[in-house]
Amino acid sequence: MNKPLRRIAIFCGLLVLALLIRDNWLQYAQADKLQSDKQNPRVAIQRYAQPRGDIIVDGKSITGSVATDGTDLKYKRTWKDGPMWSPVTGYASQLVGASQIESIEDGILTGNDDRLFFRRTLDMITGKKKEGGNVVTTLDAAAQKAAYDGLKNRGKGAAVAIDPKTGAILAMASTPSYDPSSFAGIMQKDGNTFGKLDKDKDKPLTNRALRETYPPGSTFKIVTAAAALEHGKYTNADEKTNTPLPWIMPGTTTPLKNEGNIPCKDATLRVALRYSCNTVFGKIGADLGKDKMLETAEKFGFNKEQFTPVRSNPSVFSKDMNTSQTALSSIGQYNTAATPLQMAMVAAAVANDGTLMEPYMVSQLQAPSLDVIEQHTPKKMSQPLSQKNAQILQSMMETVVSEGTGTNAQIPGYTVGGKTGTAQHGLNNSEKPYAWFLSYAKAKDGSSPVAVAVVVEDGSANRGDISGGGLAAPIAKSVMEAVLAKK
Amino acid sequence: MSSTTNPSTNHTSTIGSIGAPSRRNTELALLVFAVVIPVFAYANVGLALNNEVPAGLLSYGLGLGLLAGVGHLVVRKFAPYADPLLLPLATLLNGLGLVVIWRLDQSKLLKSIHQAGSAAPRQLLYTALAIGLFVVVLIFLKDHRVLQRYTYISMVGALVLLLLPLVPGLGANITYGAKIWISVAGFSIQPGEFAKIVLAVFFAGYLMVKRDALALASRRFMGIYLPRGRDLGPIIVVWMISILILVFETDLGTSLLFFGMFVIMLYVATERTSWIVFGLLMSAAGAVGVASFEPHVKTRVQAWLDPMREYTLSRSGVHDGVVHSEQAMQALWAFGSGGTLGTGLGRGHSELIRFAANSDFILATFGEELGLAGIMAILLIYGLIVERGIRTALAARDPFGKLLAVGLSGAFGLQVFVVAGGVMGLIPLTGMTMPFLASGGSSVIANWALIAILIRISDTARRPAPAPAPSPDAEMTQVVRP
Repeated sequence: MNKPLRRIAIFCGLLVLALLIRDNWLQYAQADKLQSDKQNPRVAIQRYAQPRGDIIVDGKSITGSVATDGTDLKYKRTWKDGPMWSPVTGYASQLVGASQIESIEDGILTGNDDRLFFRRTLDMITGKKKEGGNVVTTLDAAAQKAAYDGLKNRGKGAAVAIDPKTGAILAMASTPSYDPSSFAGIMQKDGNTFGKLDKDKDKPLTNRALRETYPPGSTFKIVTAAAALEHGKYTNADEKTNTPLPWIMPGTTTPLKNEGNIPCKDATLRVALRYSCNTVFGKIGADLGKDKMLETAEKFGFNKEQFTPVRSNPSVFSKDMNTSQTALSSIGQYNTAATPLQMAMVAAAVANDGTLMEPYMVSQLQAPSLDVIEQHTPKKMSQPLSQKNAQILQSMMETVVSEGTGTNAQIPGYTVGGKTGTAQHGLNNSEKPYAWFLSYAKAKDGSSPVAVAVVVEDGSANRGDISGGGLAAPIAKSVMEAVLAKK
Repeated sequence: MSSTTNPSTNHTSTIGSIGAPSRRNTELALLVFAVVIPVFAYANVGLALNNEVPAGLLSYGLGLGLLAGVGHLVVRKFAPYADPLLLPLATLLNGLGLVVIWRLDQSKLLKSIHQAGSAAPRQLLYTALAIGLFVVVLIFLKDHRVLQRYTYISMVGALVLLLLPLVPGLGANITYGAKIWISVAGFSIQPGEFAKIVLAVFFAGYLMVKRDALALASRRFMGIYLPRGRDLGPIIVVWMISILILVFETDLGTSLLFFGMFVIMLYVATERTSWIVFGLLMSAAGAVGVASFEPHVKTRVQAWLDPMREYTLSRSGVHDGVVHSEQAMQALWAFGSGGTLGTGLGRGHSELIRFAANSDFILATFGEELGLAGIMAILLIYGLIVERGIRTALAARDPFGKLLAVGLSGAFGLQVFVVAGGVMGLIPLTGMTMPFLASGGSSVIANWALIAILIRISDTARRPAPAPAPSPDAEMTQVVRP
């Protein structure tokens, strides 16, 4: 009877061995996959187990955490002035996940980042609770408030302010906005709120400053002017441009129209920019041709996503056009479309004497102990135009503000350069146009601390009232003033 | 016994015949560890959950120590030559089980759905009862061969126990699906756990008598021995019973357990491999048949094949007539999240398994909080218990003892495999409890009784034969050297 007993012993050993192998498969080979499985509730539990690190503006946190009464997910995110800051921070909801900075810097904020590993291990040994690190932004609370308040009064729109010297984003507002605190939890009402926001046809969840591309209209003429100067078509602002009026677009019989009766015949660049002559800039575009225009536009950042680190949609300057389409594109029509961030970069590049800096809004990542883990260093992105040409363009833009369409943006004690735009869109321009304004302010010493782009898509204003100078310029002015007040 | 004709196995059947050390002090030393380790684990849970050593630490330590001490003293007195490993291993598992049950009692989530809260004190009471039964068995069962007398009574008893859950008014549908519980005076009892032991007694007694007929009266067909039809009868009957259990009580695990135990004992009794072949074929046919017709078992099989799908179905609240359970996936996540070393006791989230988190699924908590290392240790402890049981069977001198010991250890091993394999997703999930670890009175009481019987058999096996009474007229024996 002992031989079968031994075999049974071996059989039972094999059963245990099978269990051991299965366990090794489960807890060793598959462990990482199961651990990080998005559906594994532990992922969310761990994420919300401790207060999230904060996002800092001007040395103060604009976020917080509050203990929930739920059983699993302990802390939820709160925001101070949520609607104002949500285009910067994004949301971090237990229900729908995180977006923008909350998502990109999630590792730092939750404390799970690899760069915090050593510290985390140390804390584990000393019995300290895990903490999240902080994200320090470049934003300027006063400028952000000015931008948000200005836009809120105007309905829909977006504004971006950049420090031209570094590329640091000082303000980024988008309206209508949303309060991320309103769906930060995981309860039924959080879901309802999010559902409502998600379905809202005004798209409050979209960060218009980065993710919406608008036809830039006349503000694009700055790019066209830069292309003309860079490619040597003109060498100064006061040279006659030899533009007939009316000007028939090449290959068509259609004359390109100006808005109203303005002195565009054979105007100089300065005059043409001041009055926003479509004929002059359309002809420049047609004369330079698609390739040269494209080259300059792309140097300004068109046709490329920007990572601030939050991704922006690429702005568009068509790569495939005939001459008349190039002419239309050069005055910001046809397929040309730009994000507010893109146009702020255009203004910043001009203000910074032709050097375009990479836009960014996270200046520092801090460990929970406030030690700096990562520090952003400003990086040059491109040189769309030379210093000399940039200064010529500055003088033209300054004329626009001192005696042209942008007088609403004048700031006493500073030199302001700018450009208005009223972009038509919709089939046969049936929809209400977008009001644009780009500007920068320059101090007496020649330094330029701020460049702004504002777009207002005002559904409520009269069609005739919509103009960059009227609607957008005052917002740009208050943003610039907020930045300058600190200098 | 065939071993008498087989020289290679001759020596093992007479192990430790004369002058074997009792090993009681070894047992005592191991018991100290078996008590101290759970006490540390208990302190560990308290520190992790509440940042303080739990208030009940001393009473828990004393309680477990007392129970282990009583067990040891009774073994020392009534079964002095017993296997020294069985008692400490069972004590260690039981102690760790208590700690983890207490740990799950602290979970707000489980409290809120009445799956835990006061299970640990109750389990401690059951453990005390179980040790009581352990003591009673050792004191009153002086020789396991006594059980041989109750062969057919055992059969009736086992059948009654198995059918009890089907009696209207007595059966309780506590867990989802399986009808394996009865409810008496407010207590839930799982008769299947006790039936396991009683049935082993019946099989051992029956096979001891019939093994020669089963082994020898057979025809050879295609290389294997086919038993005669009338000898095939009992195996068919047992097979039918386990299928009936499967169908009416929808309990895949218990049916597999009983059938497996029978096949093991039949094989040991007859030494005919053909029984194994028959057994495997029949259990496979039965399992496939039932799995394709019984919706409850079918869902379990589906959950085994694709736990994620079952999780999603359960989460989305689909109503298609069967209860979808997210437990299988939750258990896998628990194991995976534990990783190699585990989160540490009290730091996991196995309460997400919700239903039966502290009974059928208790191993998942061990997996998450003690990690691969902890589970391997626990599986090896179970393996050791089983192998010590089979070792006892090898050492036993009587066929009844051999059969009973191998039947009980085999059943124990199968149960561990079926439960652990089910929880870890190796095989479909069945509603059985992890011996000694899981919360539940029947399981712990029955398994302590099982250990008591094994200890009794091992004591009989290792006990030195009594010295022959000196006869006054015996002459001096002369030693003749060749």
